[in-house]
Amino acid sequence: MIDREQVLHVARLARLELSEDEVGRMTTELSKVLDHIEKIGELDLEGVPVTSHVVEVGGALRPDEPQPSLPRDVALASAPDVADGGFRVPSPQAQ
Amino acid sequence: MAEYEAVIGLEIHVQLATRTKMFCGCELGFGEPPNTRTCPVCLGLPGALPVANAEAIRLGLMIGLALECDLAPRSIFHRKNYFYPDLPKGYQISQYDEPLCTGGRLGDVRIHRVHLEDDAAKLVHAGSSGRIHGSAASVVDFNRGGTPLAEIVTEPDLRDAETAAEWLRLLRATLKRLGVSDVNMEEGSLRCDANISIRPSGSQELGTKTELNNMNSFRFIQRGIEAEIARQTKIVDGGGRVEQETLHFDPATGAITSLRSKEEAHDYRYFPEPDLVPITISDELLAAAREALPELPAARARRFESELGLPADTAKLLAFRTELGDFYEAALGSNGSHSVEPVQLANWVTNELTARLGEEDPQDSKVSPAAIAQLVALVADRKVTNAGARQVLDVLVQRGGDPAAIVESEGLGAMEDDGALDGAVDAALAANPDIAERLRGGDMKPMGVIIGHVMRETKGRADGGEVTRLVRAKLGL
Amino acid sequence: MTELTALTAAQAAARVRDGSVSADELFAAYRDAAAADDLNAYLYVAEAPNASGGDLQGVPLAVKDLFCTEGIPSQSGSKILEGYRPPYTATVVQRLYDAGAPLLGKTNQDEFAMGSSNENSAFGPVNNPWDRERVPGGSSGGSAAAVAAGSAPWALGTDTGGSIRQPAAMCGIVGLKPTYGAVSRYGMIAFASSLDQAGPLTRDVTDAALLFSHMTGRDDRDATSVGSPEDIRLPTAQRLDGIRLGRPEDLSTEGVEPGVMEAYERTLKLAEELGATIKPCKLPHADHGISAYYVIAPAEASSNLARFDGVRYGLRAEGATDLLSMYTRTRHDGFGPEVKRRIMLGTYALSSGYYDAYYGRAQRVRTKIAQDFANAFEQVDFIVTPTAPTTAFKIGELADDPLAMYLNDYFTVPMSLAGIPAISIPNGLSEGRPTGFQLAGPAFSENRLLDASYALEQALGFDGSAARG
Ligand SMILES: [Mg+2]
Ligand SMILES: [Zn+2]
Repeated sequence: MIDREQVLHVARLARLELSEDEVGRMTTELSKVLDHIEKIGELDLEGVPVTSHVVEVGGALRPDEPQPSLPRDVALASAPDVADGGFRVPSPQAQ
Repeated sequence: MAEYEAVIGLEIHVQLATRTKMFCGCELGFGEPPNTRTCPVCLGLPGALPVANAEAIRLGLMIGLALECDLAPRSIFHRKNYFYPDLPKGYQISQYDEPLCTGGRLGDVRIHRVHLEDDAAKLVHAGSSGRIHGSAASVVDFNRGGTPLAEIVTEPDLRDAETAAEWLRLLRATLKRLGVSDVNMEEGSLRCDANISIRPSGSQELGTKTELNNMNSFRFIQRGIEAEIARQTKIVDGGGRVEQETLHFDPATGAITSLRSKEEAHDYRYFPEPDLVPITISDELLAAAREALPELPAARARRFESELGLPADTAKLLAFRTELGDFYEAALGSNGSHSVEPVQLANWVTNELTARLGEEDPQDSKVSPAAIAQLVALVADRKVTNAGARQVLDVLVQRGGDPAAIVESEGLGAMEDDGALDGAVDAALAANPDIAERLRGGDMKPMGVIIGHVMRETKGRADGGEVTRLVRAKLGL
Repeated sequence: MTELTALTAAQAAARVRDGSVSADELFAAYRDAAAADDLNAYLYVAEAPNASGGDLQGVPLAVKDLFCTEGIPSQSGSKILEGYRPPYTATVVQRLYDAGAPLLGKTNQDEFAMGSSNENSAFGPVNNPWDRERVPGGSSGGSAAAVAAGSAPWALGTDTGGSIRQPAAMCGIVGLKPTYGAVSRYGMIAFASSLDQAGPLTRDVTDAALLFSHMTGRDDRDATSVGSPEDIRLPTAQRLDGIRLGRPEDLSTEGVEPGVMEAYERTLKLAEELGATIKPCKLPHADHGISAYYVIAPAEASSNLARFDGVRYGLRAEGATDLLSMYTRTRHDGFGPEVKRRIMLGTYALSSGYYDAYYGRAQRVRTKIAQDFANAFEQVDFIVTPTAPTTAFKIGELADDPLAMYLNDYFTVPMSLAGIPAISIPNGLSEGRPTGFQLAGPAFSENRLLDASYALEQALGFDGSAARG
């Protein structure tokens, strides 16, 4: 079960604008899915360890050796808005 | 008005001295043109994956060892999720409930934890040219993004701003001595946040704390903490309550302003980073880190006190400024230092030399360790007076060279008890008849005037004690 | 359907090797077939071959859109990446280029691999070559349809909860999801990092083994990759003597299409005739796989998709003057409904106050499911199920019922959570539509899994030529 307020809060966390009817649909659809998911609440999982990685290969590290970087024009090639050799965005302060 | 005590904890972000970034092979630098040190990984391109830098982990372990922490045999990275333009993936790869190091202490301050993470990129405010639809814009430079950081978090064991700054100097010296970072505060390789709260003196529970962000010099940190303590005291005295928030201290105006608009409480949604596997500390890795551990400033200061008999503050001065300590020990070990007394030498290095060199590393100056040792020896052997030796040091700082030779060429050698000094004393008495009278009358206060006169005449080569003896003799005292 | 495109990939490679066919005419035949595709299976078709020789002898390869291919659109079926051309190539694709397989084209898929029908593509649904009214399954729907229709000899797909096996079943081809870590994920536009795994979609088991043998390998760019402990061989087994097949008691068969169930039973009998023994086996927590999966996968996805923010690449909403609206409107305009749903679900499951109840519990269920399989494999060699509860459904049929759509992964999700290899082979028809037979084995048992699948395949003698028209 998830209510409208929660949907709006989560959308905010996810930086996702939702139209009015999207909020409505999201609330009913997610509630239905969550009701199904919440069946795992019935399981006794006392003392069961979590699994974050199914394969555990310890120490997969990288040697501290420089690799070539991308040319700047390549790095910027797909950017929607470029200025002064960087990625231009609306200023965070201006919020 | 109630008496308050401050409770201060520090969070220090240290850029690690690796060649490449934390999770990709881009070479680290400083001041390169924007976005010339990036790759699919540190730009957060679709499909790119992080792989942890082994050297960053070794350096993290060295910090843990130096701060006497417990090192986790297995630690994991978490994702810290939030949106900001300097964060390419929409999350920072950091550590959460299973960090690399926990516990520990440095000096009188307990360490809570040390963990590894990657640094954010740089946001540069774009000029009016760079405005979007008329409103202000920023430009992101990802060169710095992904730089390996160690975050060191202390327990709230500090009680005042000065001690906090002092402790931070010890930490900086320790990290520098370890060689894990260039600890350059101006370039941001060492950044400090302070968590500050106040409570009635003697009380045990903690007040609401505020976080003072990103202070990049010892002076600012001390002034910032002082200002925040004052601000909180004013609020509480005024019957108000301190709000938990993140603050910024402006060193220019001394003003404290709220940083983040608290439009939304942060919810970072930490969860284990599935693209990385746990860090397991092999015995080899641990051994390598242990191998590389040098003598740390705190231990060095203790040794200077116990073995060389230096006063505590002098010992600290030398030990906390690694380069000064190294210069001092080099001088002590230099030949020609046989007759040098460690305390005398320490005073000359910490007072006279630093007065002339300031923050400059003496190794880079014209004064060689052997030279300062010889100079101090000359003073001890009464070959030159203190005043004369100061002039010799001036010359050494300007041109370098051999102290004895300088004493010769500049004629700064201490005067033997010969006619010359006798004459100089007569001349001084003759030049100050009134003083001579008062001395004859048994008033010894103005003796200094005569000594000063003689010193001027002899360019400081006379020995003050000898002058006094002669005066007394001549006046039949 | 030309004489050339009728060949399996292995046959074609052999013909190029013996000189009876040239790699260029082979590529041309497939390029023409792909260009003529009318199932909407392709989002891009290559002009000329970019690889040849090697073990794969220039046999062209269709690649799911979400694999990054340098300078070639790689959009993961999403509007937010429309026209995006990456500056690098995914490790597994590069390995196949190096083995002599040129890129034929990029195939359609559910947006960010989120879906079981390919209806969630920003570039339109894909038709099933067996029945154009119906979906090909998903999320690797374009790859499955292309191989089934004969416009590609073989294809790369990815499987997170069934996205290779389920479309393979619905299109009457072979689909292998390897052990997690067997194939590098570097350059695969991520859906759920702890589950995603690349695998082959092919016309037969031999082609699956051949393609997989050149995909697997440790990659220094993927810390979770380990490769395979042994070389992958081409399968040869004709019988299943001594093989114990486990039939899970705890997976409910309600909601399974009768024709699918009959085909499954029929194949179990056939397996016995080949010398296998069928044993009931316990997977007590597998029934909760869907619940755990639909917490873990969306949670990881909500974080993986945070990078699509309109700053460095892809779509940025027009006219946003402040940062917040640039984010929220870009993501509103760029993501489709299913992706939004999963981002919401995953963000919720990780948010403070709900983490333990959802993500924490789901990770523990995952542990239990992995243990269930480990225990089961002490009694049996492989676990066998229908690949999907239904055959291909009609386009739009489940559009308004996300949960029903999710339940289509019921038989495939548990193996993904356990990270073990599983394969779907064509298992005859139900009402004229293909069904799949799934075999799952212990981690890194691909060689044995492929052998057993090969023996069954030979005995089943499935004919997929109807779809190749
Ligand atoms: Mg930090
Ligand atoms: Zn990089």
